[in-house]
Amino acid sequence: MGTINDSILQISYIIASICYIVGLKKLSHPLTAKNGNYIAALGMGLAILTTILFHRTDGHAIGNIPLILLALAIGSFLGTLAAKKVKMTAMPQMVSLFNGMGGACAALISIMEFPRINPDIIAESGMMNGLTLSILLGLVIGSVSFAGSMIAFGKLDGRINDSKISYLKIINIIGIAAIIAMIVFIMFQEEMPSMTIVYILTVLSLLYGISFVMPIGGADMPVVISLLNSFTGVAAACGGFLYNNQAMLTGGILVGSAGTILTILMCKAMNRSLMNVIIGGFGGSAAGSDEGVEKHIKEITLSDAAVLLTYSQKVYIIPGYGLAVAQAQHACHDLEILLEDKGVDVKYAIHPVAGRMPGHMNVLLAEADVPYTKLKEMEEANAEMANTDVVIVIGANDVVNPAAEEDPSSPIYGMPIIKALDAKNIIVIKRSMAKGYAAIDNNLFYHPKNRMLFGDAKNVLQKLIAEIKAM
Amino acid sequence: MEETLNFIYQYREAIFIIILSIFLGIEVISHVPAMLHTPLMSGANAIHGVVIIGSIIVLGHAHDILSLSLGFLAVILGTLNVVGGFVVTDRMLEMFNKKNKKK
Repeated sequence: MGTINDSILQISYIIASICYIVGLKKLSHPLTAKNGNYIAALGMGLAILTTILFHRTDGHAIGNIPLILLALAIGSFLGTLAAKKVKMTAMPQMVSLFNGMGGACAALISIMEFPRINPDIIAESGMMNGLTLSILLGLVIGSVSFAGSMIAFGKLDGRINDSKISYLKIINIIGIAAIIAMIVFIMFQEEMPSMTIVYILTVLSLLYGISFVMPIGGADMPVVISLLNSFTGVAAACGGFLYNNQAMLTGGILVGSAGTILTILMCKAMNRSLMNVIIGGFGGSAAGSDEGVEKHIKEITLSDAAVLLTYSQKVYIIPGYGLAVAQAQHACHDLEILLEDKGVDVKYAIHPVAGRMPGHMNVLLAEADVPYTKLKEMEEANAEMANTDVVIVIGANDVVNPAAEEDPSSPIYGMPIIKALDAKNIIVIKRSMAKGYAAIDNNLFYHPKNRMLFGDAKNVLQKLIAEIKAM
Repeated sequence: MEETLNFIYQYREAIFIIILSIFLGIEVISHVPAMLHTPLMSGANAIHGVVIIGSIIVLGHAHDILSLSLGFLAVILGTLNVVGGFVVTDRMLEMFNKKNKKK
């Protein structure tokens, strides 16, 4: 039965699987995360190396080695280059891009393996067999993941705008029905069908991937990327099923299930269901209940802000996407150090979905050397809000919108927010009165406790620092 | 019915792995703090790059020019997923580690 080659390969796959599991486990703790990533990468390297050396298909060793090595070299070079060059703010779209590559890879494998399904199996039971199913599922899921990831990438990168085309939802339902029908149709064939139908299925899946992500708002892209991430995991697992390859199977399914849980955790952080994200999307329809009431905003001068902050005991900074856009994380950290020197207790309140991805703010502030003990999660920060003298809201909007608590007609009603209103004073640094990603008005800005500091976050913070220093 | 039972029997090992892996995946990440969501997603993203093994097998047994070029492309895409994914994750995590040392 098993040859030495097989045994070595299987043992290395077991080790690789353990590496993925330990890696994922370590990745979920801040102190071990970096090692976790290395361990997972090590497992991957081992699986790739032993596959090249020891894999046999019906006794045939892997051929075309120079070509494989060349492809590995090109991919490694481009991958490292892209990953090293990308700015910290653009990380989310980079993850989406790489995810799409994996999806495309799975789809390509399926396209090539389809005509090679063992004729003996087809002669016995027609196309109704596990191999056909796993190839078709790998093809469909991989293609959807690829096309969807590219759209998500485009949206986060600002290349594709949100579309509010309502009939896309109907197209989506028709699309998924058509895809299922085609899979069933192929499965019920007695003989190997022509490749044309497989190509049609591919195109259909790609189109579905596009129309699936298109109507979902940019603010929900983190959830979508996480979902597509788990899709690609499942597509990889289909490949594992096809080749009876345990490393692919465990790796793919692990990511599929972990990714799904991560997606659900993200939805929970916004108090929405996954269905609501996919089907609903934030609409412009619910405009808030008190439209037409005249509202006044108060501005604060830089010197007043400087005085207010310097004589505070406790300050909370609430960062949002505006901080990332303005690249203001370093200025923000400088302000924090300056205030701490003056005896002010400065902390950051991090909403789970602030920015474009959960953890986005943590990564960004970490880049500016903000110690992570200063970053407080929402619940902890909310408990301290009432004792806080000043909150500075930097480029955040929806995550501090009191409508989420007060206005049942608001599209974000029910989403947990950072209760900036509980603090004694509020300063909002914002470029303009433009609405946040949910495209709804924010009554916090009109509240008597609140004062606005208009301008680019980095610019305003630097001026504020200069003002405090001059005092 | 019999076909379904047969199917399950035939692929019992794979089905076992799938079911256990699902529970493992859920268990392993269920206590992750929110600040690690992005690196974790990125790390998981790199791990599903394991699909590259499939593309290596395909390319390793390709003969005609079409499957050679498609396989070549597939290996490149898979490598991008793996290498890019791990490097991006590493860069994100570097940010966390930097301050740990300072403390």
